[in-house]
Amino acid sequence: MSGFAALVARDLRLVWRRPGDVAVVLAFFVVATVLFPLGIGPEANVLARIAAGVLWCAALFASLLSLDRLFASDYEDGTLDLLLLAPWPLELAALAKCAAHWIVTGLPLAVLAPFLGIAFGLDAKSLLALAATLLVGTPTLSLIGGLAAALTLGARRGGALLALLALPLCVPTLIFGAGAVESRAIGEDFSTHLAILAALALVALATTPWAMAAALRQAGE
Amino acid sequence: MADLHFLANPARFRRFSQRVLPALSLASVLALAIGLYFALIESPPDYQQGETVRIMFVHVPSAWLAMAGYGLLAVLGAALLVWRHPLAALMARAAAPVGACFALVCLLTGSLWGRPMWGTYWVWDARLTSMLLLFFLYLGHIALSRAYDDSARGDRAAAILALVGVINLPIIKFSVDWWNTLHQPASVARLGGPSIHPTILVPLLWMAVALLLLFVLLVLVRTETEIDRRRLETADQLS
Repeated sequence: MSGFAALVARDLRLVWRRPGDVAVVLAFFVVATVLFPLGIGPEANVLARIAAGVLWCAALFASLLSLDRLFASDYEDGTLDLLLLAPWPLELAALAKCAAHWIVTGLPLAVLAPFLGIAFGLDAKSLLALAATLLVGTPTLSLIGGLAAALTLGARRGGALLALLALPLCVPTLIFGAGAVESRAIGEDFSTHLAILAALALVALATTPWAMAAALRQAGE
Repeated sequence: MADLHFLANPARFRRFSQRVLPALSLASVLALAIGLYFALIESPPDYQQGETVRIMFVHVPSAWLAMAGYGLLAVLGAALLVWRHPLAALMARAAAPVGACFALVCLLTGSLWGRPMWGTYWVWDARLTSMLLLFFLYLGHIALSRAYDDSARGDRAAAILALVGVINLPIIKFSVDWWNTLHQPASVARLGGPSIHPTILVPLLWMAVALLLLFVLLVLVRTETEIDRRRLETADQLS
């Protein structure tokens, strides 16, 4: 387990030394969200109605944005070859990379989203629901995006291809994430949605590391 | 398994497919003729849907084949990753666009039927959305398998994607049971037998057989083309 922690710590230290990479992703999230009120118009009831979906979509795009570098820099500088040679399961290494990605993107997005929700006129309990669903849902996005990043490693048009692969697989998370906030807004119990989100995250946790490791192995050949 | 290994040699596959293709072509033309005769002439218009029910004779088999095609991609992907079966990669490359076409035909015919029947071309219910996602998964598979200069890498990446994406198939199948959808629930393959009248069921099954034969035919022909293309690539690299 110390290897896992070491790998996460290494990735976090890399991000810490170049904080601009994370700042750009968060700035994209804010700017993309702000565009919607400008494009749709300032009617408060319309904005409150679409807020959950807009914030969830923007969070999905923002987390995809930083993913094409997830394995690419390791692939280029040879770190990936060392990970492949190491007497240590590659599945855990891939999981560690995704965990680090979630800490620097998913977590800040979940913290930031409620503040943007205020601008959309969401009430207090919807804001809490939004943060909770993003907290439970974004790990799935990091895992599925990590798989897409591993599959497109070294491909032509990698970035666009990554989005084409990851977005369809992220749809269930998006539906239940935004659906949870909306059911909370109309006063319904949203624990069912939250449980489904958690289930999706667990399924992704149980399946994607194997697929990621398989993809990384054939990239290293 | 013996059969799979028998077909692993491309030259042997070619001898096999060239023997099968004429009969297969004839059978699919015949089945299509019979199916269309039943679908367009023999079967009566539905008492509620009128003539538009005939769209179903293309729509339903296309949906079945789109799903079966993705299942085939997953099986071929497993064969490639587990046994490094050389023909599986070529056949997956050949089958993905065919399956994508059937998914598109299913979506378009469903949309055309939906306009007069439901009053709308499209609704975002679970069955329609999951079918649309299947189409996108096909597109991702096609794009990924062709995104590498080294085609063997593209084949293996696409194989992994096919195995991951197969999760969508049970979601499509059971979407009409799990969620309350505008799309009607299963009426052919269900416990207690089909719930539709034989005058509709017979042309439907004939069309399903015809389109299945067409699917197999197209995949075989396209696999042969892929073998030729791979040979040309290899010849280019050697010269």
